[in-house]
This record gives sequence, C-alpha cells and structure tokens, in this order.
Amino acid sequence: MNGVHDMGGMHGFGPVELEQDEPVFHSAWEGRAFALTLASGFLGKWNLDMSRSAREQMPAADYLATTYYEHWLFGLRKLLVDQGLVTDQELATGSCESRAPDGRRLAAADVPTALKNRRAARLDEEVAPRFRSGDRVVARNLNPVGHTRLPRYARGRAGLIDRDHGVFIFADTNACGLGKKPQHVYSVRFAARELWGAGAPARDAVYLDLWDDHLEAA
Amino acid sequence: MSDHDPHDHDEHREHQPGEHGAPLTETQLRVRALESLLVDKGLVDPAALDALIDTYETKVGPRNGARIVARAWVDAAYRRRLLEDATAAIAEFGFVGRQGEDLVVLENTPKVHNLVVCTLCSCYPWPVLGLPPVWYKSAPYRSRAVIDPRGVLREMGLVVGDEVEVRVWDSTAELRYLVLPERPPGTEGLGEEELAALVTRDAMIGVAEVRSPAQEAR
Repeated sequence: MNGVHDMGGMHGFGPVELEQDEPVFHSAWEGRAFALTLASGFLGKWNLDMSRSAREQMPAADYLATTYYEHWLFGLRKLLVDQGLVTDQELATGSCESRAPDGRRLAAADVPTALKNRRAARLDEEVAPRFRSGDRVVARNLNPVGHTRLPRYARGRAGLIDRDHGVFIFADTNACGLGKKPQHVYSVRFAARELWGAGAPARDAVYLDLWDDHLEAA
Repeated sequence: MSDHDPHDHDEHREHQPGEHGAPLTETQLRVRALESLLVDKGLVDPAALDALIDTYETKVGPRNGARIVARAWVDAAYRRRLLEDATAAIAEFGFVGRQGEDLVVLENTPKVHNLVVCTLCSCYPWPVLGLPPVWYKSAPYRSRAVIDPRGVLREMGLVVGDEVEVRVWDSTAELRYLVLPERPPGTEGLGEEELAALVTRDAMIGVAEVRSPAQEAR
C-alpha cells in the first residue's frame, strides 16, 4: 500500500536526533509491548509479513503521531482480533471471556531456543532465477492496496542486478494469505541520479532487495 | 486473574525518567491490560516475556558485532569467510537466529562507504547489533538516508569525501546488513579484544567511522 510508512525520499521530518547512552527500552511498557508481540507471534497464527502489514494499516495520521512500539501495539491488537485469538469485546473490557483451547504458548525455558531457530524466509525450493548479476532491470510500477516491499521511490526506476541472494518467500503475497510464491531475491543497484535526478552525486547508489515479481527486464 | 501481577514489572523501572510517580499514560494502561488479558487467556507466559526482554537488554547487542569486526581485522581468512558467507562466519561465534537468518557484511574501503537503512520500518541485524536505536527507526533517518545520505552523515559527524562512493542499503527483504568499518590507523599494536572495544554500533550501521584511541584523545 502507498502508506506513510514508506518514507524513503520524503522531506520535512527534520534532522536525525541522536541520543547518548540510549537504553534498549525507554519505558517498561515498550519492553512489554515488544515481548508480547514476539511471544504472540510464536503462537503460529501469523507470519512476520502479516505482522508488518498490520502495523502499516495504522491510520496515517496516527502512525506519524505515535512512537515505534505504539505501532507494534496497534499491529498486535489487530492481529489478535483478526486471527480470532481475542475478541473486540475482550480487548475493550480487558476481561477474558474464554481461555485459549490449546496450551502451546511460549514457555520461558524455550525462549533461547525459539530465538535461535532459523525462521524459514529462505526456501530450499528449486526456482529458476529470472535475472543474473549484471542484468539491467526496471522496478515495476506497482501500487497494490495490500502489503509490498517495493518502496515507492524505486518504482519505475532502472537498476542493475548486483547479486542473487537465492529463493525466498515472497513477502507481498505471504502478508495477505496468498501463499509463499517462492522466488529469487536480488540486491538491485540504483544509481542515485536515476532515483533522485541530476543533482545527486554521480557515483552514489542505493541498493534494494527486490523479488522477481518486482522486476522486469529493461 | 492469574497469580502473576504484570504491575510487578514496572517496580524495578521506577528510576526511568518521566515515570517516577507520574500517572500512567493511556498507552501504559493499554499494554498492561493487554498483557493481563493474554495471560488470563493462556496465550502468553509472563516469565517468557521477562526472558525475551532480558535477552535484548542484557545478552544480545552491538558487542557481538564488535567481536566480528575485530576478528575480521586481525584474521584475513576469517575476513574472507565473512565477506563470502556472513551468516556462516557469524554463526561461528554462536550469533544466530531471529532477524539475522541471512546476514550480509558490507566492507568499507577508502573508495566505498556503506550505510544501512530500512525505509519501510526498522529491519536490523538483531543477533549482532541487538535492537535498533530510536533514530534508526525514526522518520528523519528513514526518509533521508536514501535521498541525502551525505547530508545525514555530515549531521552525524562523518564527512565522506567526494571521491568516495556512498552505497546505501535499504533492507527491503530478509537480508540483514552489517557494515565492516575500516580499521583505524595506529591500531597495529592492539589485540582483538582491544580492537573490539573501539568498534561502535554506529560504525557497524555505517553512520560513523571507528576511531583509534589516539584520534579519540585529540
């Protein structure tokens, strides 16, 4: 979706503000929101792409007016309701109407193992790559209302395949329950001038990781 | 109600600025209510939440990445393995798992400066850097890093010469990037541990250079 989360190239957000000796969490609730999101994710009702998509559906004005872990909280509440783990009524009142049927919640003792498991975004499937290193490609001009990992600033722009990273789950379909659609992911090099015009430094470049379905031959 | 009181978690955080004796914000109340509901429903174990928070507050952070960088500086064979297959080379240290399933190391040289961003949200190599700082997830950095990387770097205290190519890596898929900074001059006599102590988080994101003790003293 052409959401406000897709910020690359926008102006008007001001300078980058640095903080010395920054804590990992700035307030206890941030840690709880983070951990609740991870622990709920281990219930297996949604994937990481759905999780990102849920946060992106926060209304644009709210997204800009809130902090990072408030985005996470929004996404988690939405996923819990959408996937039927919690009802709207329960969220509103905070009181449990019925306990979850199965007991596969993440246990404290399993946390180290769970975090070290290699989630399978990379797939072993044999899929032929559509491009090779050095191929000239154009990022498609796609404007889906659902989730996409193709940022607006690269759409319609020409680049070079830098390297092929192998076969991965396609986030754009996986986020919407439309399947894994295994395909190659490439680092694609876009000259800064191709993206931003003649005023950009001649030798600079931006690399994006894009899937076969984002690209066409130039 | 469960036997666990989620309010306990805030007790040891009372020293946090702005939280001391202040009334709970709507967001704090919302997170507490959600945790309490999910615990009551049997969906999350509060001890698992504690373990998740503790992992990223005390166990996983940029010291991991610094060890990788220092090893690459002193061991040419390791450096080659790291640039060839970062995931495997980093796994030699036991740094594996969530948000680091597919790692790529980008080598800074006198001719190329690499910089990492996630314009769409906050993708970041957790096993080697921990959770990202607020500025990395902020709108100013996400919007400007791709269109004006040199301006952002200048504001952050790093001037990159015109003769150097700036490469910005937008983490749009599941590859996670770690910058291998240049070893500072005058550190030939330092051992691996001493070198690791010089390596900062920001240098491994590509927004700073590593400075020698002599440079720091100036």
